[in-house]
Amino acid sequence: MNSAQTLTAQAPLPEVAGTEKLLLTLVALGLLLLLPATFDADAQRAHWCFFAALGLISVGALGWAGWKYGRKPPGVQHNNLWLRASTSRGAVAWVTGIVLTGFYVILYWFSSPDDQGNYGPLNQLVHALDPFSQWLRNRPSDQWFLYGTFYTLAILVMGVRGLLKYRHSPYHLIRTGSLMFFQLGFAFLLPGLLLAFQRPEFYFSYFWPLKQDYLFPDTVGYLLKDGGPALGVFMVFWTAVISFVGVPVLTYFFGKRWYCSWVCGCGGLAETAGDPYRQLSDKSRTAWKWEVRIIYTVLGLIVLLTALLWVGASGAVPALQGITQPLSQAYGFAIGAVFSGVIGVGFYPLMGARVWCRFGCPMAAYLGLLQKHFSRFRITTNGAQCISCGNCSNVCEMGIDVKQYAQRGEPIIRASCVGCGMCSTACPRGVLNLENGPRDNRYQGSQLIHADSLRILS
Amino acid sequence: MHLVLIGNGITGVTCALTARQLRPDARITLVSAESAHHFSRPALMYVYLGHMRYQDIKPYEDWFWTENRLELVHATATGLDTAAKTVQLDNGSALTYDKLLLATGSRGRRGSWPGSELAGVQTFVTLPDLELLTRDTRQGVQQAVIVGGGLIGVELAEMLAAKGMAVTMLIRDARYWGAILPAEEAALVQRQLKAHHIVTRYETELEEILADENGRVRAVRTTAGEELPCQWLGLAIGVEPNLDLARAGGLETDKGVLVNEHLQTSAPEVYAAGDCAQLRDPATGEMAVEQLWYTGRQQGETVAYALCGTAPRPYRRGTWFNSAKFFDLEYQTYGRVPAEPDAGEHSFCWQHPTRDALLRINFRTDTLAVTGLNVLGLRQRHDTWAAWLQAAAPVTEVLANLGAANFDPEFFRQYEKVIVAQFNQQFPQHTVQLRRRKGLFRV
Repeated sequence: MNSAQTLTAQAPLPEVAGTEKLLLTLVALGLLLLLPATFDADAQRAHWCFFAALGLISVGALGWAGWKYGRKPPGVQHNNLWLRASTSRGAVAWVTGIVLTGFYVILYWFSSPDDQGNYGPLNQLVHALDPFSQWLRNRPSDQWFLYGTFYTLAILVMGVRGLLKYRHSPYHLIRTGSLMFFQLGFAFLLPGLLLAFQRPEFYFSYFWPLKQDYLFPDTVGYLLKDGGPALGVFMVFWTAVISFVGVPVLTYFFGKRWYCSWVCGCGGLAETAGDPYRQLSDKSRTAWKWEVRIIYTVLGLIVLLTALLWVGASGAVPALQGITQPLSQAYGFAIGAVFSGVIGVGFYPLMGARVWCRFGCPMAAYLGLLQKHFSRFRITTNGAQCISCGNCSNVCEMGIDVKQYAQRGEPIIRASCVGCGMCSTACPRGVLNLENGPRDNRYQGSQLIHADSLRILS
Repeated sequence: MHLVLIGNGITGVTCALTARQLRPDARITLVSAESAHHFSRPALMYVYLGHMRYQDIKPYEDWFWTENRLELVHATATGLDTAAKTVQLDNGSALTYDKLLLATGSRGRRGSWPGSELAGVQTFVTLPDLELLTRDTRQGVQQAVIVGGGLIGVELAEMLAAKGMAVTMLIRDARYWGAILPAEEAALVQRQLKAHHIVTRYETELEEILADENGRVRAVRTTAGEELPCQWLGLAIGVEPNLDLARAGGLETDKGVLVNEHLQTSAPEVYAAGDCAQLRDPATGEMAVEQLWYTGRQQGETVAYALCGTAPRPYRRGTWFNSAKFFDLEYQTYGRVPAEPDAGEHSFCWQHPTRDALLRINFRTDTLAVTGLNVLGLRQRHDTWAAWLQAAAPVTEVLANLGAANFDPEFFRQYEKVIVAQFNQQFPQHTVQLRRRKGLFRV
């Protein structure tokens, strides 16, 4: 008997209760209703289908989360993660991944409006949101407003699921609440209101180099012009100050988590909608090597590109005139669309929810360098209590093999750690704790276990 | 030099890693019948629960062994010739050693009840045990009975209940883990068992195991005369050392393989450590046979020094510590907290009126020196407590600085204030002023 496969393949699964089936059926019905909402020739009926779909999905998902997590005593609820097809790269996961990827492909490349304001396959969905968009933004909906609505709804609904699932941990309650607040307020309502008041659609919770163009000369010029003398200057000032002062200072005190798992919208989606997939991240040494190769390359690219754009805009090097614009577009396509959207979210059910944050995000790379070298933050290991069970590594969405440190009694100081705190929560022996310093002896491990110095990296 | 280590559990592997550091040139061979690679035994339950897969409970990736030149042999050691210094394997080959370590671990005790060999009756210690459990509970088990109120018993209860089986535990003592836990702690664990719908029968033992027509367990009869129908029966009444190989080699054994303080057996160049070893002269307050992850690791490290002949040190367990999790309730203990307080000791116990949180500190009545801590539902810092216990710090000093030992995550409720208040009420002659709470920027 080959233990590796059989133990999981043959493991008994509890029966799914009737109530749970019913609630999941509501979600499925809602998803199916999106088809008539997209393709029904009768626009009015399509609109009704759209709102019925959103309603069914939300009510079904919330009811399911309440039923599944709310009735059990508060505590870690990770049973059957690797046994259900949906969360262990089974058929359900593949279908989900293909549908998500397909949605991103359509959104990015096939839903730009034509002269008649027709948004391609997404047309009816986009227009179903017109009344809401008029109310919030004082203008008709577009494909990005549709995407933002879906995105925010996903964070809110799955956020409530997270609040129920992790209700035994005040850390997760506050952190999840913060993510929901920043997405709804700063990444959805506020940009909409700004548009309503004829101001630039500005996201105060995204910064360069994640929102790379906020420090590009064109965007800066546009913000200063359209934002008006006070607001426009403030927007540019805000971006620059947070990127170059706020990020280092906050990261010094709290680690990169203040952004990646408390504020950022990408992190927000990963921590809520992506929570069922966190165990899928690759923990191998090989994956770590690829992570380092890719993410710092992206950071280097964006720093270089930003510098080139400014040099080009200054006119000091006329030869740059023709190159900078295509370069900027290429970056936007490859990194902004393909990497962060199609791969980053589309592959949630197959590679885990932090693929973009781990391998691609230049902001994460920048925050990570600060976290590793100029921060008080570390995850402390509690003496010699580790039993090498692997629960910490399993739930690490960033693919850090946490137990390698814990079983050596060493603190975990890794550039990629987003401080979600799930390793600490999942540890059955109370071994891991997120701590803010001091910096003295930051790398000092416990004296109660003799760390083997055998290499874990070549 | 060829070191042969029988057993790739935490003891054998810790010994191999330590020996590799001490003797970079030595040839080191790990032999295991149980699994091709080292895995975390306490994590077996999480594979069954579906939190992880088998490959996720391996503490090291597979390349680790080749890169550190640790040879792995997946076979059973069946014979030992201490004169010729060879170990016979069941695959027909033999290994010649310069030094040999027996870290053969232990197996579940089956007792001597009639019917204990029936299908559907098993222990839960090893990977084959988990494979059997997985196959055997896949279908047709609605009710399960577990014999034994200890750590393996409560693990099994959580595993089976999570799959929807109705679980009854037969517990010999009047309370859960009665030999170890004081009454308040046991009551909190009982609260967990109840919340997860585990039925408990205290002061009740197994009398007889009843078979159906296919030779599978269909029910058990308890010493109270009750007949409990069950399609699966777990025997969690403790473990016993695997002594087959030691006996085959003619080593002196008792409950375990007898070893001196350097973990040396009666045969030259043969050592034993971990679950299977029995100390001939345990220090006061220490056990002769210890079957625990942490002591296995410590003994594995100690024995590596003896095997390598580099500054051998006698085995000393040091300040006791342990931890466990009972369903959703975490347990940590530092120092010594007996089930009933010793003469000459006070036992101060704080408990939250409604939540599952408890802290117990034992201290000397004369010097006030702390001797032990139990916490349930709270996390305490191991290094801080080890230092306090080592220094025999007075309880007043410990309580005044209790925040320094708080290892709970950020934003968790802090109970230091109420704990100190209750202490002052209970021991007005030793009033404590709380000096240190946990802060956002302080460790």
